[in-house]
Amino acid sequence: MADINISERQAGDVTILDLAGKVTIGEGSVALRNAIRRLLGEGKSKILLNLGGVGYIDSSGIGELVSSFTAVNKEGGTLKLLNLTQKIQDLLAITKLLTVFDVFDSEGDALASFQ
Amino acid sequence: MAATKELTLPSRIESVDEAALKADEFVKELGLGDDFLSAVDLAIRESVANAVKHGNKFDESKPVEVRLARVPTGFEITVRDFGEGFDIDEIPDPTDPANLLKANGRGILFMKSFMDEVEWFRADGGGMLVRMMKRQ
Repeated sequence: MADINISERQAGDVTILDLAGKVTIGEGSVALRNAIRRLLGEGKSKILLNLGGVGYIDSSGIGELVSSFTAVNKEGGTLKLLNLTQKIQDLLAITKLLTVFDVFDSEGDALASFQ
Repeated sequence: MAATKELTLPSRIESVDEAALKADEFVKELGLGDDFLSAVDLAIRESVANAVKHGNKFDESKPVEVRLARVPTGFEITVRDFGEGFDIDEIPDPTDPANLLKANGRGILFMKSFMDEVEWFRADGGGMLVRMMKRQ
């Protein structure tokens, strides 16, 4: 059974991926990678990752967020993060990645930022 | 109650979860608290993943050996692989702007951030041993 559940919804031209579970080495990271690839293949390049349901992320999971960010940017798109737990915020701070990602704790603010 | 626990794990991704589960159980048995649990869980996951992926390169003929120990000053973890070894000074800094967008290379940073002591040794008989300590 996968450690992660990813559901998708649309808000205008922004695709929101709601993640729940663990984004870790193995299935979790691969599932995120595949979801991003699929969206880009469908021409959906404004992507908001809702991490509110992510209980755990390791360095591979953080690496997958970075890979997703660069893959989306390469296609001329934008990827942003929503609802980081304190633990994930701390990990992004340690890795200096808070300077890279746009991070929001309000879905409304996040969606407005894409326009 | 035993003050040490030793595990020998196959070089598969699944061993990361298995090691973390056993370590979490041990920390809880010892009554060490949530801060310890969080740090030990992360350190075990990152170090075992490194041993499986980078040390033993998923070679299932090479095990990953884990030792967990309650010591007077805190909680000690050692993880040993049977790979070719590496020079810790040659590992790039993932927080260097030139490396920020690389997909890999943050595991050691996490280990150093959440454990109070982290050091690497070339193991007798080959491979690397990492020793980590969370001080009480």
